[in-house]
Amino acid sequence: MVTCINDALFPDTGRNVVRLLRRLGVEVDFPQAQTCCGQPMVNTGYLDEAVPVLRSFVRAFEGYDAVVTPSGSCAGSARHQHDLVARRSGDEGLRAASRETSQRVYELSEFLVDVLGVEDVGAYFPHRVTYHPTCHSLRMLAVGDRPLRLLRHVRGIDLTDLPGANECCGFGGTFAMKNSDTSVAMGSDKARHVRETGAEVLVAGDRSCLTHVGGLLSRQRAGVRVMHLADVLAQTEPSKVVAS
Amino acid sequence: MSTREEILGRVRQAIGDTPRPTAEVPRGYRGVGEGLDRSAVLARFVERVEDYRATVTRCRAAEVAEVLAAAVTGRSVVVPPGLPWPVPGSVDDTGQSAAELDAIDAVVSAAALGIAETGTVVLDHGPGQGRRALTLVPDLHVCVLGAAQVVAGVPQAVARLDPASPQTWISGPSATSDIELDRVEGVHGPRTLHVVLVDDL
Amino acid sequence: MTGTFVGMPVFPKAAREAVGDSQLRRNLAHATGTIRAKRAAVVGEVEEWEELRLAGAAIKENVLLHLDEHLVRLEESLTKAGATVHWASDAEEACRIVGDIAAAHDATEVVKVKSMATQEIGLNEALAARGIDAWETDLAELIVQLGDDLSSHILVPAIHRNRAEIREIFASAMGEVGRPAPDDLTDEPARLAEAARLHLREKFLRAKVGVSGANFAVAETGSLVVVESEGNGRMCLTLPEVLVSVVGIEKILPTWDDLDVFLQLLPRSATGERMNPYTSVWSGVTPDDGPQEVHVVLLDNGRTRALADEVGRQALRCIRCSACLNVCPVYERTGGHAYGSVYPGPIGAILNPLLKGVGHDDQTDSLPYASTLCGACFEACPVRIDIPSVLVELRSQVVDAHRGGVPKPEAVAMKAAGATLASGRRLGLAERLAGTGIRLARRVGARPWTQARDLPDPPAESFRAWWRRTGGDER
Repeated sequence: MVTCINDALFPDTGRNVVRLLRRLGVEVDFPQAQTCCGQPMVNTGYLDEAVPVLRSFVRAFEGYDAVVTPSGSCAGSARHQHDLVARRSGDEGLRAASRETSQRVYELSEFLVDVLGVEDVGAYFPHRVTYHPTCHSLRMLAVGDRPLRLLRHVRGIDLTDLPGANECCGFGGTFAMKNSDTSVAMGSDKARHVRETGAEVLVAGDRSCLTHVGGLLSRQRAGVRVMHLADVLAQTEPSKVVAS
Repeated sequence: MSTREEILGRVRQAIGDTPRPTAEVPRGYRGVGEGLDRSAVLARFVERVEDYRATVTRCRAAEVAEVLAAAVTGRSVVVPPGLPWPVPGSVDDTGQSAAELDAIDAVVSAAALGIAETGTVVLDHGPGQGRRALTLVPDLHVCVLGAAQVVAGVPQAVARLDPASPQTWISGPSATSDIELDRVEGVHGPRTLHVVLVDDL
Repeated sequence: MTGTFVGMPVFPKAAREAVGDSQLRRNLAHATGTIRAKRAAVVGEVEEWEELRLAGAAIKENVLLHLDEHLVRLEESLTKAGATVHWASDAEEACRIVGDIAAAHDATEVVKVKSMATQEIGLNEALAARGIDAWETDLAELIVQLGDDLSSHILVPAIHRNRAEIREIFASAMGEVGRPAPDDLTDEPARLAEAARLHLREKFLRAKVGVSGANFAVAETGSLVVVESEGNGRMCLTLPEVLVSVVGIEKILPTWDDLDVFLQLLPRSATGERMNPYTSVWSGVTPDDGPQEVHVVLLDNGRTRALADEVGRQALRCIRCSACLNVCPVYERTGGHAYGSVYPGPIGAILNPLLKGVGHDDQTDSLPYASTLCGACFEACPVRIDIPSVLVELRSQVVDAHRGGVPKPEAVAMKAAGATLASGRRLGLAERLAGTGIRLARRVGARPWTQARDLPDPPAESFRAWWRRTGGDER
């Protein structure tokens, strides 16, 4: 599951997931029927509107061993919200199918560490990096320090702790629009902490949060760029560096 | 229909016909602290009472009268009925009004038990502990308790206490964190708490 | 003399003002930061914390599913212990009962222990209308009352004020209602606390009627429990001749022994202490000790409405510790007033809509959206209220309440998105327009986003298009 935001706005992150997984010997497919996990609707309160999206989700990923996604938020949505949507549909068949599907959904770092059993993915990234654990990875999925373990094994990396790392960046889906003032206030504090680290790259496991914090850092001309965890883990030798 | 019937009716309607399973309450927490030896329990009690900026004096039963005399020296002091130790110069509780108690500097009382984990003394207002106002209005509270009365944690305390009588749980002097979350000792309750722990009692 | 939340604007509007208030931001960041560190330290030293949370949640859940039985039992125990039990459907009825009791004793004033239930029902204003002064005696409530202000936090209602502001309030307002503040009052917290001690002591000593809430009401024994710090609670519960306690019907614990969970969970979650300075327990009347006339008002005021909500019901487990406020990144930046209720923060964002119902006013309907769903509140909650899930449920109730009328632009957009996202083919078509969309958004709109944040450059082709073109093969 590449996620709708990566599909439309950050295709490089999707390509880096594919590159990384293939490098680790995983057979990767992209079912064209996939769209979105439905979270934008669910989190805004539009459950009826999320039902057809869930149907398409369940159909698209039928028959695969694992559904890997570079997003804690979308994985969290599949595991914790799809049942809510399925219940709303009143369709017991959809409910059963959705439960079965969500058990096969993995956030990228979970899949790498728990399923593939690797922490050193052979990456090379000689830059000063700080990592923001996004809320849904941290508290909904409890991925713990898996992403950090993966980053610590990256050769050449200069990984530095982010102050107040566990605090939300303020994105929150439609919160960023409905409560944009509060969202920006939170994001500004996050951006300040990022700048305090002296890092050149902010890494996280969710493109949505990165779009928000990255948008603030960019507006501030902070000289910090944002990258998805997959973008870093996909990098290998200097000769093979892929522009992000 | 009375309001009582209305509310009970609404409660029943709200819960509906759904089955009402009674969830199992995990109670493993009750065993925590049981394994500590007595000297560790007492040491923790002293450390935690002092952590609230209360004073603790450890002594032997034969020394209590002397410790009390020193603790209240130079102050007017009231004692509850049934207090087993003499307090020089004290007046008895004769049902003084709150205003009259306000003119008295100190009170000496016994306690029902102490809690090591939280540094708490609990009064159940039995003999030697007096009515609730007595240990509230004077500004210094000297509270005597025997080492055998100190339990490890909150569960052991709750199990020992009888809710038929009123209780006052006291953890340090009165305090507030209402100004910038900065803790300040001393507001309306006694501003000084002095706990006397009697090792052989 | 206290202000009112009536007529507050919707959350985003109120929050906009709050996040622009630099002093408020500084006061809140300092205070919430302090309390978060304290809580983390004392929770961290309890190895069995998770089990205590599970026990707390289970006990409360059992209470809620058998609330009718427990209420009847509580009434019996209280009556046997010499208390008079009253039942109040709503705020008006509860205020009338308390006012009648005070009036029966010709009281022109009452002293009050800090109590959320009496704030919720607007008791002070109702008593004032009957010529009865209600004196708040908790330091923070006193600051709010003297400052003609509104509470902004459940536990520390004056959290939005710093010491200098508090000094000003005391110096200017104490003299109007009693003993004035000392002339040489400084902004040291110890001196401010002393000023409150002196100001309130005369009120404690002369009061005939005390009013409280209760943190817990034990059905088995009729014990009411008040957890506090300053001793103002003990004063109000002990010195007056008459005591009236207004208790929400969800405050029940089945048995005395169940307290051993909550007297561990509450203080550590609330003030970040191993134990709060004072906990008072009483059952009805004790001969020759404390009030000889004891009343208990059992309050519904929307609680049965919340109980009927299968997802939201868990909000009634709340023990008003405020841990969710202190860890909430939204609360930290907006403060409590933006929520327009005595219950602010994450718990307020679910409790208010549950108590009042959604679809009636925009302010209440805006509250479930006042969260990023970051989950910090759920993690901190001592009784494991899954606030994010309840927020999502309430959002769907807000949306459903508005279905059928003229749809808002958001509803139209969501419907369109739902249709597009139901098929990969349709999404693929839409994505070809995405680059144009971003360029358009940059030019003309998406102001809530672009006012402070740059938008990324649109990619040359979507992932989907790339995969279709290459099959995912890079070579």
